Amino acid sequence: MDFEFSEDQQAVLDAVREFCEEELKPKAEETDASGEFPWENLRKMAELDLFGIPVSEEYGGLGMDFLTWAAVGMEISQACTTTGAVFGAHMLAQYPLMLFGTEEQKRKYLTPLATGEKIGAFGLTEPGAGSDAGNVRTSAVLQDGYYVLNGSKIFITNAGPAEIYIVIGNLRPDRGARGMTAFIFETGYEGFTIGKNEKKMAFPSLPNRELIFQDAKTPAENVLAGEKRGFRVAMQTLDVGRIGMGIGAVGVAEAALKHALSYAKERVQFGQPISAFQAIQVKLADMATEIECARLLCLQAAWLKDTGKPFEKQAAMAKLFASEVAMRTTTQAVQVLGGYGYTKEFPVERLMREAKLFEIVEGTSEIQRLVIANHILK
Amino acid sequence: MKIVVCIKQVPATTNVRIDPETNALIREGVESQVNPFDENALEAALQVKDGYDGECQVIALTMGPPQAEAALRDAVAMGCDDAILLTDGAFRGADTLATSYTLAQAIRRIGDVDLVLCGKQAIDGDTAQVGPGVAEHLGVPQITFAIELSLEGRKITAKRMLEDSFEVVECRMPAVVTVVKQINDPRRASMKNVLKARKREITRWTAEDIDADPDRIGFQGSPTVVWKVFAPEGRKGGRKLEGEVGDVVHALADEILEIRKGLSTA
Amino acid sequence: MALNIKEELCTACGLCVRVCPYEGVVVEGNTAVFTERCNLCGQCVSSCPVDAIVVELPKKGDVDTSLWSNVWVLAETEDGRLKGGTIELLGQGRLLAEARGCALEGVVLGDRCDELAKDMIAFGADKVYVVEDPVLARYRTGPFASVIAGLIHDRKPEMVLISATPQGRDLGSRLAARIGAGLTADCTGLSIWDEEPLLLQTRPAFGGNIMASILCREARPQMSTVRPNVFKKPQADPSRTGAIERVAVHLDEKHAMTKILEVIREEGGEEVNLADAQIIVSGGRGIQAPENFALIRSLAEVLGAAVGASRATVDAGWISATHQVGQTGKTVSPKLYIACGISGAIQHLAGMSSSDYIIAINRDPSAPIFEVADLGVVGDVFQVVPALREELAKRLAE
Ligand SMILES: Cc1cc2nc3c(=O)[nH]c(=O)nc-3n(C[C@H](O)[C@H](O)[C@H](O)COP(=O)(O)OP(=O)(O)OC[C@H]3O[C@@H](n4cnc5c(N)ncnc54)[C@H](O)[C@@H]3O)c2cc1C
Ligand SMILES: Cc1cc2nc3c(=O)[nH]c(=O)nc-3n(C[C@H](O)[C@H](O)[C@H](O)COP(=O)(O)OP(=O)(O)OC[C@H]3O[C@@H](n4cnc5c(N)ncnc54)[C@H](O)[C@@H]3O)c2cc1C
Repeated sequence: MDFEFSEDQQAVLDAVREFCEEELKPKAEETDASGEFPWENLRKMAELDLFGIPVSEEYGGLGMDFLTWAAVGMEISQACTTTGAVFGAHMLAQYPLMLFGTEEQKRKYLTPLATGEKIGAFGLTEPGAGSDAGNVRTSAVLQDGYYVLNGSKIFITNAGPAEIYIVIGNLRPDRGARGMTAFIFETGYEGFTIGKNEKKMAFPSLPNRELIFQDAKTPAENVLAGEKRGFRVAMQTLDVGRIGMGIGAVGVAEAALKHALSYAKERVQFGQPISAFQAIQVKLADMATEIECARLLCLQAAWLKDTGKPFEKQAAMAKLFASEVAMRTTTQAVQVLGGYGYTKEFPVERLMREAKLFEIVEGTSEIQRLVIANHILK
Repeated sequence: MKIVVCIKQVPATTNVRIDPETNALIREGVESQVNPFDENALEAALQVKDGYDGECQVIALTMGPPQAEAALRDAVAMGCDDAILLTDGAFRGADTLATSYTLAQAIRRIGDVDLVLCGKQAIDGDTAQVGPGVAEHLGVPQITFAIELSLEGRKITAKRMLEDSFEVVECRMPAVVTVVKQINDPRRASMKNVLKARKREITRWTAEDIDADPDRIGFQGSPTVVWKVFAPEGRKGGRKLEGEVGDVVHALADEILEIRKGLSTA
Repeated sequence: MALNIKEELCTACGLCVRVCPYEGVVVEGNTAVFTERCNLCGQCVSSCPVDAIVVELPKKGDVDTSLWSNVWVLAETEDGRLKGGTIELLGQGRLLAEARGCALEGVVLGDRCDELAKDMIAFGADKVYVVEDPVLARYRTGPFASVIAGLIHDRKPEMVLISATPQGRDLGSRLAARIGAGLTADCTGLSIWDEEPLLLQTRPAFGGNIMASILCREARPQMSTVRPNVFKKPQADPSRTGAIERVAVHLDEKHAMTKILEVIREEGGEEVNLADAQIIVSGGRGIQAPENFALIRSLAEVLGAAVGASRATVDAGWISATHQVGQTGKTVSPKLYIACGISGAIQHLAGMSSSDYIIAINRDPSAPIFEVADLGVVGDVFQVVPALREELAKRLAE
């Protein structure tokens, strides 16, 4: 067993770390507070080829693997959680194309996503289909060479700025998962509009919008993976998506730990830095240990995926564990900073609010536990 | 057009310390990087290349241990066409005189070089002496501390950043120019180029390859010796004033005027 | 050191004759030859189109160090006056000369130098070499290095001290490479070593994280560039007497290597001479907006101080780069440094922590700047700075 990154991976990670430290991190507070999509960061990331890490070179990618993608994602998320979230959601549009796209679809849609020329989004959730993802009601009918969709999606990350959407519709809304079908939509398609942005507990700069389909038309060739295979597309996409959420959560947790560490070394009470108190040390040690476990689980899931082994269980574990670690770590970080931690002067309260997202999105913790239980009870 | 950029691999100096017991330099665990000013020199060279019609070759050159190859790979990833590592046990212990002689010999060997770019200074040795030294050994003009640089035919025009003013100067190529941080924002290498650079062959030259006089390189060719290194006397935070602005300002003014009184030309 | 002419290459073109400042080379028959007057300044070497002139720099152990004596200070001038750093060098040079029992000599180059030479004597020089020529009106590497290299070979000083200003660093390194001397950069300590009669030169390196003591055992002269504002300025004594020796040179603008097209002072004629300033008032990100540099400026004005800035403010475009203090900006050591709204990143500290006295004003009590400040004010820059300005203005008017 080998826990070493290859030299290529290390070279990429070193460069990414430097980029994150110098470009993303110093502006992280500003990026969060602005309420604006982090275009500038994304443009720079595109120049560095960071959007298509596991995509093959013929489609404009870097031709590396998901392990590298995961490790890079952690760096990005740690430096700027908002940018990390965009990075993670982008993969949700890319991955189904990698997996199921025809040659033509890959050239037309995967390539601009891999080069970062365009941002992608993935629309599954509906008002009535959250955890119950098989209950998609957005209807789809084939008419005159076009699929015509009616319905809406909610909470969709990157919606608005994104130009390429993978949308799960249903050819037989009455038959649930069995009629579900995946389609590719582009911004500006007839009948396809973007609805209101959610006001959230955190991540004000991350768009989460409605997708509205009113006789919305996408060309027949934009069906992805064939008719009635949409549930499978969604589930397989979420398998990788879970690793993505896991790495986002690890990033948030690591950022919180860093703040807690530096604060604990500086803050003096009772004549000594609070890091000298065992009660604080215990917290810091637990945080570090849990983060390390979460990190390794995420990397392991990615590695299993890269080596063609079943990775679904590990992906669910990684997402579950990492998101709960993020929640615990950020809560403890606020505790370590005491009253200052509760103020907006320090970013830990923000990280705490951000962490909560990861326990909900792309399958709640409850659902992850169901998935894991299904695997181990098989 | 042929441009040589001299780059030095340096430790991230903020982490270099002195062991208080042995007074030895602790460099372990400290990451190496390309000297920041040299990244500006690289960028300046690459900008010349980008804007040049006609063939323009940019070569990164470093003298250092075999590990310094990593710095050259960074330079290639940024866009340099070629990279040369001067590495030889005999180069060890070089002060700025020996370093600049060695670099100059390599530049002669490269041949037909029009422009040599250096950083203003290296953040470890901090001397700012190597650039002018190279210019002298090559017998060409030097323009130090450039904050702007433009080429026109064989003419170089540069704006130099001095203490309280700028000076616009002109000279003919070949020449050596050293650049300050403010001249540009160095580009970052894309990951594709990082990966490509990893596979690149890096030329290695020894003292013999550059026909170096053994008496002028390394320790042997260095008139200065670092006799000892020690930790600087650490400053300690002093008094803190807190409280009513009026009181604080009063106390501050006392302090400032007291110091001001002691100045020779207040 | 020696200069040799490879007769087989020499075409007797005479270019070296024209560039030589000292009439040290002539053409005889079909080759150039050096005359007695050649003082090895080296100017001809790079002028030779066929590389027929080769330098042989001294090897370790070749130099008879007993032939070299006296301490030299190379003058740096501005607007017809000695710069502060030069005056400090004369003070420290005096101490070194006394410790070595030798003379302190000054060298001043320019177009009009009489007053400057007298000033050098008033500040402690026993003798001053004056080289006047229109080509030397403003500092340029080529002519200055050649003239001084020749003088050094002629007179053989044991030590040469130069200010570690941009000019001094530009000149010092070219000169040292020309004559094969050792040069220690940016010294903050100079003394005679207690084990051997050598110049012990102490300097910060690694961004100020370490100090190094450097010796130059075998080569001569021992050369240093010296950080301004570290050593005390001596009092001028106009009654002091000393010799002034004029050195004749032949310089031609054509061979100056570089041409100065323009000198640009800071916009608005504002003085930013950070290196020379005895008091610096600096602003950092904490001042929040570019227009708030007006606060910093007005405080600086009352005190007759220079205005400094942290990298963050320069990067943000709030103020020009000439004001930047820190590892990638300027290294300063004023008597008093007032940091307003500067958090004190290690890179900033590297540029100012050798200041004599540091006052920091910052809202954040845990800002690292307080770890180096002699006096810290935990408070709002927007309250403290204007009030301080008023208070100082009031008291200075009294
Ligand atoms: C910021 C944000 C970004 C998002 N981005 C996207 C996106 O890009 N694309 C997209 O398609 N969706 C996205 N979503 C939607 C997200 O995936 C869903 O919110 C999530 O899957 C949960 O669905 P729900 O909100 O309908 O909750 P519900 O399913 O209504 O769940 C409510 C509660 O009931 C529990 N629960 C439900 N079913 C069970 C069960 N069987 N057993 C036990 N407990 C159960 C849940 O765990 C939860 O605690 C995003 C959501 C947010 C908040
Ligand atoms: C603590 C300490 C103090 C020292 N003090 C002195 C001293 O006072 N005088 C002295 O002569 N030597 C000194 N040295 C030795 C000096 O550091 C080395 O000679 C070094 O190789 C070059 O000097 P520098 O780092 O100051 O570079 P600088 O002269 O500051 O570098 C300027 C530029 O020259 C180029 N350059 C420098 N080194 C290389 C290289 N190896 N390869 C390619 N390009 C390069 C780069 O473009 C760089 O930006 C000291 C060394 C130490 C460890």
